[in-house]
Amino acid sequence: MKPPPFGYSRPESLDEALRLLAESGSDAKVLAGGQSLVPLLSMRLAAPPQLIDINRLSELAYVRTDENTVHVGALARQADVEHDARAAGVQPLLRQALRLVAHPTIRNRGTVVGSLAHADPASELTAVLAVLGGAVRLASARGDRTVPADQFFVGPLSTSAADDELVVEASFPGRPPGTGSTFVEISRRHGDYAICGVAVCVTVDEDGVLQAGRAALISVGPTPVVVELGDVVAGINPGGDLSDVHDAVWAAVSPEADIHASAEYRRKLAGVLAVRAVREAAQRAAA
Amino acid sequence: MTVSARRHVSASPEELFDVQLTVNGAAQRASVPARRLLSDFLRHDLGLTGTHVGCEHGVCGACTVLLDGRPVRSCLLLAVTADGSDVTTVEGLAEPDGTLSPVQQAFQDCHGLQCGYCTPGFLTTITAGLRETPNPTRDDAREMIAGNLCRCTGYLNIIAAVLRAAELSDGRP
Repeated sequence: MKPPPFGYSRPESLDEALRLLAESGSDAKVLAGGQSLVPLLSMRLAAPPQLIDINRLSELAYVRTDENTVHVGALARQADVEHDARAAGVQPLLRQALRLVAHPTIRNRGTVVGSLAHADPASELTAVLAVLGGAVRLASARGDRTVPADQFFVGPLSTSAADDELVVEASFPGRPPGTGSTFVEISRRHGDYAICGVAVCVTVDEDGVLQAGRAALISVGPTPVVVELGDVVAGINPGGDLSDVHDAVWAAVSPEADIHASAEYRRKLAGVLAVRAVREAAQRAAA
Repeated sequence: MTVSARRHVSASPEELFDVQLTVNGAAQRASVPARRLLSDFLRHDLGLTGTHVGCEHGVCGACTVLLDGRPVRSCLLLAVTADGSDVTTVEGLAEPDGTLSPVQQAFQDCHGLQCGYCTPGFLTTITAGLRETPNPTRDDAREMIAGNLCRCTGYLNIIAAVLRAAELSDGRP
């Protein structure tokens, strides 16, 4: 249970980090919080020849909030984002989801951007970025580009970031008026990987009747599965019959079985949790 | 990567990195390979064996230490990454004269341990937890320790110890 030997560099600036990434190409893995990477190294499931440790890049340890967006730098710890009152005001879903990410001790070290770059199919934060239609900014020695969530996650543990690119920031759009959100999931124990989880955002009118909605589900596909719920929720009272939500989500996912749950159970869970989430999000929108 | 490439890496002598940090108030320094985990750095390089290693992949919480005041898993950190930081281990919780900290005293009072293997991780986690939540409810206490595994106690006495430690420290952990 010890990591294999690897080359190690600890850049002091973003430019130096990008130069190192350009030189090492696919040999390099970026180390930020390390809460996924270090166990993978220790269990010898990964053996990258080179680690580029970005923990000295304090310029990336920021949570910046403007009226419409929460910008999270690559070195902002999950706990920092969770406890940021302004971020929670502009986009409450961030805190709602972060409370389900592992345990506080892990969140003290793990980074939001690292979770996105790792792209685990069970990662709550991938669903948050996806359901909100957020984006990541990738930097390399060649220049910067912004990639929307639906083009960033391409498969389990894989993203569209090139070998020489560093994810330097994630941006999460804020909560428009009249909308509410929530994240619900089922896991064997609190803090474990979810068997199924769903992030939901809904819009309600002044009478509390649903107008629009969108869900993103984790652990039921290779990447977060986004389901547009506009047609099935429009004009519906959130306290009433939401079986159309269940059916739409059930039809949209095709999960796989593993030792924790059968594919059929996961699919059932997706529908049930989506209904629960829509009700909860609608309550928050009306509040 | 291929097997031959891995052999090549391990055949060359490993580069050493100078790591300096403050542990329980004392400056410490050692030269270690980049792959040295902070848990092993504390135990093997510094001889501070109070930090226990259980699962060594971040699940059990036994190796929890305070890094700049915040609880972290020392088995999920490279020692080189912790260079320059301030670490508190279980050895740093009691007063210099040996007087137990409120959390340690509460564990003794409430019989919050049996074999004691997981205890260093609980003590550090709860010490930091009470700073954030000085007057925890029973549910707060459960959540505070949710990331730490104990195979002996069934947790009830540990939860009692969290509440007792809050009483003992009277809002000043």
